[in-house]
Amino acid sequence: MSARRLSVAILATVVAPALMFAGTISGKVSYTGTPVKQKPIDMSKEPSCAKQHATPVNTETIVTGAGNTLENVVVYISAGADDANAPSQAVTFTQKGCQYLPHVLAMHTGQELQVVNDDQTSHNIHPLAKVNREWNKSQPPGSPPIQDKFDSPEFISVKCNIHPWMHGWFVVLKTNHYSISKGDGGFSLPNLPPGKYTVTAWHEDYGTQTQDVTITGNETKAIDFSFKAKAY
Amino acid sequence: MNHLKRVHFFSAILSFVLGAGFTAMAQDAPDVGPHPPAPAPAMESHIGNITGHSKDGAADYRRYCAGCHGVLGDGQGENTPWLDPKPRNFTLATFKCRSTPTGTLPTDEDLFNTIGRGLTNSNMPIWNTFTKDQKANLVAYIKIFSPRWGKEKAGDPIKIPVEPAVTIESISHGKELFTKLECWKCHGPQGKGDGPSAATLTDSQDNPIRPYNFAGGGNDSRFKCGSTNADVYKIFITGVDGTPMPSFADVIQPNDAWDLVHFLRTLQVKRRSKENDVLKAAGGKIPPYPEKQGEAPATHSENRTGGGN
Repeated sequence: MSARRLSVAILATVVAPALMFAGTISGKVSYTGTPVKQKPIDMSKEPSCAKQHATPVNTETIVTGAGNTLENVVVYISAGADDANAPSQAVTFTQKGCQYLPHVLAMHTGQELQVVNDDQTSHNIHPLAKVNREWNKSQPPGSPPIQDKFDSPEFISVKCNIHPWMHGWFVVLKTNHYSISKGDGGFSLPNLPPGKYTVTAWHEDYGTQTQDVTITGNETKAIDFSFKAKAY
Repeated sequence: MNHLKRVHFFSAILSFVLGAGFTAMAQDAPDVGPHPPAPAPAMESHIGNITGHSKDGAADYRRYCAGCHGVLGDGQGENTPWLDPKPRNFTLATFKCRSTPTGTLPTDEDLFNTIGRGLTNSNMPIWNTFTKDQKANLVAYIKIFSPRWGKEKAGDPIKIPVEPAVTIESISHGKELFTKLECWKCHGPQGKGDGPSAATLTDSQDNPIRPYNFAGGGNDSRFKCGSTNADVYKIFITGVDGTPMPSFADVIQPNDAWDLVHFLRTLQVKRRSKENDVLKAAGGKIPPYPEKQGEAPATHSENRTGGGN
């Protein structure tokens, strides 16, 4: 009995403050104006991929949702929460149907990256890094995952030269506090201890925006980002 | 005369006063405008028993290299707008001809050899007028343009096993690999550089780039990174960094890579080679490679049939 009470007490003293001061920054990313129409991809040169799509898939430079929401925006803490340690879990980048899943993959510096080929065709994975090392590896069907990691923060454009429509991003950050906006434009950055933060939203075509947010305790701060659509 | 002397005298005084005034002002002036480049760190290169020093390469670099590679080593020399392919941008420290894995720095010897060899199909000439010391000094000099040379070591050179004999079987297996690894997607089924992806290729600076045309050129046709079979072998394993050509280091077995080299030589139809002699002796046709099991991936199926039988 007393042991249980003691453990409850310990739990209360250890866990409660952590929970109590776990602030969250969340919100929505949207756009104004008229975004460029995405084009259907002609995969006829790669029949093994073309047949995986009932209707042609579109390019993914700008992906929008109902109500002018903007997908694939990386929202992250750019100042105030530098985490030194990368999670031990690897992040996975999959090539399927001659597309990158996900289109934008975020990771911590030094975190293990696994690149998987689920297709019946060879791909070459070519991260066009400028700060980090640029490499380029072939991955025929059935070959094991390619493993690598990046040491410095950078937005790295990734492409497959064999299938020129394949284009994605490795977003290498110094923080684990990041969120990539979904179809509804939503993002959420939980588990933030009290402090002053700079929140940055990055979109591959529309650039970056920042907002300063202060978390004082167990609260959810709502912030939204709005990007101006480029005319072309 | 007297008048002129007086003018000189006054201007001397004036410049003295003004000069002192300007120096005083300069100290108070806000820090605006472009900064002069930070003094370059002294770099070295080691090729055999030769040591190159960056300070000794500066004059040669300005005279022979800067016109294309730029004074700042950024590949933006005054000739650059008219060149294709574009001169190397040394600030990125990404190099095509290496003996080291993709993504790693080349060895000093790799760079030394590139200067002496030149790059075929480009405007980089064969610098055979330089002494070894001059080349070593230039290798050291281009290192001042990227901080990577101060932080990273060159990659470990890849190991090239002894070349097996050229046989019609090795050529046939090489052809099979050329198909399976989809080399033809860029290089074309006959190696003419006209594969389905060829027209879309760009280098890492977004400049259009053509895949190597094996069939073009005569008996003197050369590869960019060396002319021996071992040099060709090196290319699939290291990849050509900064271009669409990837590394196959993780996906090709050493002997398989030699078979691919033997096949590629037969694509150089106008070049005399032992591979073309073997092909001619076999009647000029490459027999189909005896495939064991369906469409399973090359490396796995071979291991499996090897174990099963």
